[in-house]
Amino acid sequence: MIHTDICIIGAGPVGLFSVFEAGLLKMRCHLIDVLPQVGGQLSEIYPQKPIYDIPGYPSIKAQELVDNLMAQIAPFKPTFTLGERVEAINKQEDGSLIVRTADETAVHCQVVVIAGGLGCFEPRKPEIVGLEDFEGRGVAYWVKHPEQYRGKEIVIAGGGDSALDWTIYLADIAQKTTLIHRGETFRGAPDSAEKVFDLATQGKINLVLQSNVVSLHGNGHLQSLVVAGQHKNTSSIKADYFIPLFGLSPKLGPITDWGLNIHKSAIEVNTLDYSTGVERIYAIGDINTYPGKLKLILTGFHEAAMMCQSAFKYVYPDQHLSFKYTTVNGVNAF
Amino acid sequence: MIRVTIEDRNGERQALEIPEGISLSLMELLKASEYHVLATCGGMALCATCHVEVLEGGQALPPVSDAELDILDTLPDASSKSRLACQLRVDESLNNTIFKIRGEE
Repeated sequence: MIHTDICIIGAGPVGLFSVFEAGLLKMRCHLIDVLPQVGGQLSEIYPQKPIYDIPGYPSIKAQELVDNLMAQIAPFKPTFTLGERVEAINKQEDGSLIVRTADETAVHCQVVVIAGGLGCFEPRKPEIVGLEDFEGRGVAYWVKHPEQYRGKEIVIAGGGDSALDWTIYLADIAQKTTLIHRGETFRGAPDSAEKVFDLATQGKINLVLQSNVVSLHGNGHLQSLVVAGQHKNTSSIKADYFIPLFGLSPKLGPITDWGLNIHKSAIEVNTLDYSTGVERIYAIGDINTYPGKLKLILTGFHEAAMMCQSAFKYVYPDQHLSFKYTTVNGVNAF
Repeated sequence: MIRVTIEDRNGERQALEIPEGISLSLMELLKASEYHVLATCGGMALCATCHVEVLEGGQALPPVSDAELDILDTLPDASSKSRLACQLRVDESLNNTIFKIRGEE
């Protein structure tokens, strides 16, 4: 069990900045994010896009802002659980909370801050007969452990960068790798596309273009799939594993099960301190809603500061909070 | 007036009349008209959550840009009639087009 003062769900810009504001008040933070890296949307969707409305920065690339935030919070030694989705928050008798992930990580804390943006980024699922029946039994939406495909026959579907990259990577590991793509050409990185065509010419992979997977078949575990071509002609391909890679899409996910007031996929909060209807649980950034809400990083930063002032009473119930400026007091590292 | 028809995810159609000269993308118009469109990336042609399909008309629409094609290509359910609503300006080119909302809720 991990012990901390504040458990922050979501390691996007607002979650990261919360660590700084909490650190100034001597509160330690642990962050959990479903994505394998920090930065949320900024790193996952638009790392190279410039942002123009961060005060003090006429222009800053999204990934640079994330890197700067990581440097800014480093003195407060935050800890991270990445690549895991939070499933439940359990209240303890003394009022403290235990946050649990799907991979059974447990974090004991005094306060939970939901800075989940638009929710969890989950893989897009194509419409294929039998797809969900074989999840965990041959169907995977991420490549977590490439070695599990050694000596197996695998089929990847998709036309983006991740489909190309994993096809190239797994071509050396799997016994047979097939890439199925709806289009005729790839619009991912030209180098990767060229490499995939080379591998196909050399017979190292099986490339099936202008085709879609329509159904999956097997007996308990995936054994084969049916592919339809341009003229609806179908063929069957043997497959131990099927990996559809069609990008990620945000879903609110388990957040809806935590007894919070949800309005239009956002959590209703009190604008005094961004607390939710559940004691010790706060929601900040794009995931919350209130009259006049603006979905800006700027707004989330403000909410993070206000939230910490309020959360202090749960972490240090016997202490009086006295506000201090960093210009006067500096940043006192843990 | 610009006239477009929107078909929601349940197949219900609604005709919209928009004054000319409005500075909005189709994605912004859909959101302003209370349609549930995620538009995660806010209109940068990066997330594909404002995916729409042209059911009728659309001959005057501007051609699909490279950036738009790139991202449409990552969708499992895109077709040759697919567009990203955030990349379409609300102007005369949209007149008499019927769009179906396809992006995830």
